Amino acid sequence: MLSPDTIQRGQHVMAVCNACRYCEGYCPVFPAMEKRLIFSKDDLAYLANLCHNCGECLYACQFAPPHEFGINVPRTLAEIRLESYEEYCWPRAFASLFRHEAVKAAALTAIGISVMLVAFTVAAGVDIWPAHPVGDFYRVVPHGVMVALFGITGGFATVALAIGCRRASKSFQASGTIPIAGPAADGGPAVQGLLDALTLRHLHSSGTNCTSSEEQRSPWRRWFHHLTMYGFALCFASTSVAALYHVVFGWRAPYGYGSLPVVLGTLGGVGLLVGPLGLFALRRRRDPALSDRSQAGLDESFIFMLLMTSATGLLLLAFRGQPAMAVLLIVHLGFVLALFVTMPYGKFVHGLYRTAALLKYASEART
Amino acid sequence: MLGGGNAGLCAALSARERGASVIVLEGAPRTFRGGNSRHTRNLRSMHDAPTPLLTDTYTEDEYVSDLVRVTAGKTNEELARLVVRGSAECPAWMQRFGIRLQPPLRGTLHLGRTNIHFLGGGKALMNSYYAAAERLGIRILYDASVVGLDLVDGRFRSASVSANGGVETIAARSVVLAAGGFESNLDWLREIWGAAADNFIIRGTPYNTGAVLRLMLDAGARPVGDPTQCHAVAIDARAPKFDGGIVTRLDSVSLGIVVNAHGDRFHDEGEDFWPKRYAIWGRLVAQQPGQIAYSIVDAKAIGHFMPSMFPPKAAQSIPELARMLDLSPEALARTVEQFNRAVLPGSFDHSSLDDCRTEGLSPNKTHWARPLDTPPFWGYPLRPGITFTYLGLKVDARARVVMTNGEPAANIFAAGEIMAGNILGQGYVAGVGMTIGTVFGRIAGEQAGQHAVA
Repeated sequence: MLSPDTIQRGQHVMAVCNACRYCEGYCPVFPAMEKRLIFSKDDLAYLANLCHNCGECLYACQFAPPHEFGINVPRTLAEIRLESYEEYCWPRAFASLFRHEAVKAAALTAIGISVMLVAFTVAAGVDIWPAHPVGDFYRVVPHGVMVALFGITGGFATVALAIGCRRASKSFQASGTIPIAGPAADGGPAVQGLLDALTLRHLHSSGTNCTSSEEQRSPWRRWFHHLTMYGFALCFASTSVAALYHVVFGWRAPYGYGSLPVVLGTLGGVGLLVGPLGLFALRRRRDPALSDRSQAGLDESFIFMLLMTSATGLLLLAFRGQPAMAVLLIVHLGFVLALFVTMPYGKFVHGLYRTAALLKYASEART
Repeated sequence: MLGGGNAGLCAALSARERGASVIVLEGAPRTFRGGNSRHTRNLRSMHDAPTPLLTDTYTEDEYVSDLVRVTAGKTNEELARLVVRGSAECPAWMQRFGIRLQPPLRGTLHLGRTNIHFLGGGKALMNSYYAAAERLGIRILYDASVVGLDLVDGRFRSASVSANGGVETIAARSVVLAAGGFESNLDWLREIWGAAADNFIIRGTPYNTGAVLRLMLDAGARPVGDPTQCHAVAIDARAPKFDGGIVTRLDSVSLGIVVNAHGDRFHDEGEDFWPKRYAIWGRLVAQQPGQIAYSIVDAKAIGHFMPSMFPPKAAQSIPELARMLDLSPEALARTVEQFNRAVLPGSFDHSSLDDCRTEGLSPNKTHWARPLDTPPFWGYPLRPGITFTYLGLKVDARARVVMTNGEPAANIFAAGEIMAGNILGQGYVAGVGMTIGTVFGRIAGEQAGQHAVA
């Protein structure tokens, strides 16, 4: 929840920024701020989710710490962002999960699910170390069980995320502009918001790359994020195509190395391996002043879960004809299920809320 | 280079490009480096044709005549013309060092023809310059205050520098003085303005103590500019003593009335547009008892001026507002009532010198006068905020410091605020300080570098 203390700090920062406006050229946060005079909880949440957490405005700020005004926009907005995740969380009782030692929690969830699956599998009389595996995953975990597992977790995640999105959108919509003098921002049609999200335009919005240390700009954060996001999307597509093959056409796995599910999954898996690794490495080199350190676990657990999902998936593909296949399959399923379960309570939500904020920004820019 | 602001860094980079080995002595710690340049945001640049960053044209003659006008002729026209011509090359030169420029900010559209803006403002500019200096192998010493200068027969030999807990002597074949004015030296201000100076707020860096300026004057450099004058604007009285920068400025004056500590009006609030009115109100407030005044507006003005970082005092009635501002409720109510009665009907237009005025008051408000009758009423306390001082060192067209015998010193050059008084005898026009710093920084650096490697 946005605490009164956080709101007050956000209002202080925005009061200073709104009287200065030197950072206007960096990203949408500042033009959006200029359309407001006082900053409500919803205004702050909206601006916080517009921020992509580069560092330009901190390094450019003549009022940054140790100046007595203590202005640190990236960190303040990061703190507000976390509290906004809690605010939009469904069910609310789970909101505190965003702050727990998330890496450990996610890993434990994955291990727990894997152990349970192994136990069930063994109990069901399946050979957990088959001497002559044929690559048929459904012999290890029957199709019906898989559908049930993913149906329940996926369904729950979808519902939780949808409710979170609805809450975020309502909150952003409650953030109104004031009819002050001055021309409208350079916006486009609403689809611009979606394009901005898909291209991460604002990670190099002023025509140059974003920074994560003073005067050190690089394109890598953007590219690793693209690999991660599109890798994830390709993996999702791979699974969907496979489900289609199975259910509609009755084509049974395993699919050949040149088949669509395997090609999509391999490409996606590689993206989802390289992307998170790169993001993790960049995080380590990032100026700590830019981030809210209490969120390291939140960020890193999501990176870890994505990485383990792709790593176990690629291993499974490589060894699907080997005796280790059954165990690898179960561990992979464990991570995917854990990823699904933790998605509504982890960093995954940033993609949805940022997109909602960018859509709102695009609609505002037109007015 | 004595000083690590815009002029000092432009000089350092230019001298380095001439092959000289360069050390920059910056008085501030790294986090507050850059002098007053860290509070700037644009630079005035002439151009004979539209550019991607500047509209239309801004010719040499127009620029020079602007300088002559704002200084009321108190300018060295030869040097002014040098600055104006040099300003044309500034954008390209700056971009070579990684400076990122942008079209004007939304709040400064009126400068779209004349001024190029630094993406992110002056601190971002200085970060880029410092990064370039480090890449080129320029040595930078932070927290370094110059405590002595060794001059023999008008030649610089060395500077005594207090840094890292000790005093060391740094010898050089030439020196560039780029250490700014003396506006943050409270004792010096008190010498000139007496006790009133204690109520002045310094808008910029606390490191412009004028130490180098005073050492040079004592060593026989010829002064330029009125030692008793400074550029001051009216800013929010709640600003910190130093370094409050742009966020403490307040531009509500013309939309309402301004009263002093007695609750009386004392000057025509509707006299002129920003920035001209902006520059006179600092002095006007300085002349009031206690060096304080209060800008009062009503709901009609809200949203029509740039806010300061401090919230206004807001009240539903004038006496209530007076109490919040520690003014006499009766006095303020009387002033507002008299003002409201004197307002003549007119059609309000804040973008022109409109016909909304008062009649029969002393002083009258000659434009934008509307009765203060719509709550909430807002009040902001005002104090004089000093931007810079005018006293400086006389230089020639090669940026050489001129000594009292009229001869230029062979190896002492000056750039930036410390010599801006040659061009700005009084007044100011937006962005010209950075132009002077950049153009003279380059000249001084080239000359000093050439002298050092010769």
